[in-house]
Amino acid sequence: MAKSLGPVKRKFEPWNDPTAQPFIRFENITKKYGDFIAVSNLSLDIYEREFFSLLGPSGCGKTTLMRMLAGFEEPTEGRILLQGNDISGVPPYRRPTNMMFQSYALFPHMTVEKNIAFGLEQDKLSKGEIEGRVQEMLKLVKLEEFAKRKPGQLSGGQRQRVALARSLAKRPKVLLLDEPLGALDRKLREETQFELMDIQHTLGLTFLIVTHDQEEAMTVSDRIAVMDKGVIVQVDTPAEIYEAPNSRYVADFIGDINIMEGTVVAPSGDVSPQPVVTLDCDGLIVAVEQDCAAKHGDRVAFAIRPEKVRISPDQPADTSVNAAYGEVWDIGYLGDFSVFLVSLSDGRIVRAAQANVSRLVDRPITFGDMVWLSWPRDAGLVLTR
Amino acid sequence: MAEISTTSHSGPARWLVVAVPYLWLLLFFAAPFLIILKISLSDTAIAMPPYTPVFDSFGTLGNFVSQLDLENYFFLAEDALYIQSYLSSLRMAFISTFLLLVIGYPMALAMARAPSRWRPTLVMLVILPFWTSFLIRVYAWIGILKPEGLLTVFLQTIGLMGPDEQVQVYRTDIAVFIGIVYSYLPFMVLPLYSALEKMDGTLLEAANDLGCPPLKAFWKITFPLSMPGVIAGSLICFIPIAGEFVIPDLLGGPDTLMIGKTLWTEFFGNRDWPLASAVAVLLLLVLVVPIMIFQKQQQKVG
Repeated sequence: MAKSLGPVKRKFEPWNDPTAQPFIRFENITKKYGDFIAVSNLSLDIYEREFFSLLGPSGCGKTTLMRMLAGFEEPTEGRILLQGNDISGVPPYRRPTNMMFQSYALFPHMTVEKNIAFGLEQDKLSKGEIEGRVQEMLKLVKLEEFAKRKPGQLSGGQRQRVALARSLAKRPKVLLLDEPLGALDRKLREETQFELMDIQHTLGLTFLIVTHDQEEAMTVSDRIAVMDKGVIVQVDTPAEIYEAPNSRYVADFIGDINIMEGTVVAPSGDVSPQPVVTLDCDGLIVAVEQDCAAKHGDRVAFAIRPEKVRISPDQPADTSVNAAYGEVWDIGYLGDFSVFLVSLSDGRIVRAAQANVSRLVDRPITFGDMVWLSWPRDAGLVLTR
Repeated sequence: MAEISTTSHSGPARWLVVAVPYLWLLLFFAAPFLIILKISLSDTAIAMPPYTPVFDSFGTLGNFVSQLDLENYFFLAEDALYIQSYLSSLRMAFISTFLLLVIGYPMALAMARAPSRWRPTLVMLVILPFWTSFLIRVYAWIGILKPEGLLTVFLQTIGLMGPDEQVQVYRTDIAVFIGIVYSYLPFMVLPLYSALEKMDGTLLEAANDLGCPPLKAFWKITFPLSMPGVIAGSLICFIPIAGEFVIPDLLGGPDTLMIGKTLWTEFFGNRDWPLASAVAVLLLLVLVVPIMIFQKQQQKVG
């Protein structure tokens, strides 16, 4: 089936534009439930037409933050601005935001059509206008032939589409998506992620999505805010979050990573032209091309993604730095990738991933083999937090 | 394949399980009903029991049938008292059921919306009156409602009523309504509560989010979704209220006309068992037939 992809995406980064006005601004937001602090003095700017993700484990405050924007909860302290207007105290039914609920929250006694029309009916639009908009939405989510069904007669994926159509029908300024794809199986989820991006792009809306699925956040978002215990740890593009996490927490939360604790033996200020930090990770000497504020003797962490670790039976030219020798302890075969768990002489495990470019029979490294691990100076990074 | 093989579990054990409820119904519903039906078709006799036996000996079937007649039913149609009793009972039942809904719905809603740790206690409180005898509770209302009763004393004490005035509701229809609503409230609240408690709270949030204010959301979402509870509660209350005898007898006045009282009078006052049985059979038909039609239609809709 041929599918038009629509216009090619342009570079979009209003957060780097000092003149850009934020569309949504969370200003020193704190939310307490009794003694429990769900969100703690949080500030965040989201821009128009941005696809923004709030990512974090359950209980990190991401859903609370979204519910405060929808109006279901009021912040204990701080304020929320939408296009520059303070929206505190505005009830949910007067806010220009719509939400797609995690449970979908479809009205079980109404048909698909009626569900989608519900929001429009509240706006006292004319019958013809409602009818037209419902048809448009049904077409958008490809559910035209299911208009007269009730939610109970639909599959999970179809219900998810109805929920999306219903929340989009009113053309909200901001669409809030609460774990929207959690209930779908992997294949359908991936498909829907791309559809979501397509819809967001076509309609030119601002999307705020809450998820604990890092892959989902990476795929769909322009920017991601990684949250932990009511605060934002890092806000950045998916690539920045993945390649340059600012802390052990973010590095560990997103993707697979090797983290080794170590001590700074040569700070980056000492070396030129490229600043290089040298660490001693319990005997393993690591040099990283990075401008880092850590001083001599500071305890920091060295982090490197498994796919950036080279694995080979042959000894690299220089074994004094950025190299380790160990035994293949386990192999995880993932199809496209194989992950090798290599046990160093002191028992530390380092993961190295290798793309399976040739077929299985040709693979030279197997269980129990002694191998060399090595990596270039720009592959890993030093984490001070 | 699984669907096809369901018959493989047939056997005596399976039939026994199926048969038990049917046997129960046959023994305690069908058999008594057939006896009443038989009595309603026989004639009055000054004897013990006070009706002519139509099925004493297993005589010839023709002989049995020839003795049956619809005389009692014709009589019911002739005498306005019975028709009025039926209509009056239905009217009382309608009004009571409506009052029960109006009072019970907010109670059930409040219970369903209460914090979940309170709910078992609240349900307990609703059932609590069942721990004392129904009759004693109705008698207690006499104590409250009678002219020199607790209500009068209370109103006089707080000054809403002069020392010479008295509450004049005892032995009126109002007292009957009070008694009925009080007695049947748990039967209305519990089905409503179970329907409302199952409801997903995010549906209301979704309605709110789509621009629907809370009060409107109640009529658009909560109420339609609680219809099964409304119907169940209304039927559970309406049917016994229409045949209610004790409450109108104890709290109602001489003008309170209800079929239950008429029935009692026929049985024990006039000792006309055949006529009383005819009244009972007709009451059953008046109630059951419309409900069966209604349920059939509901099944079609659902």
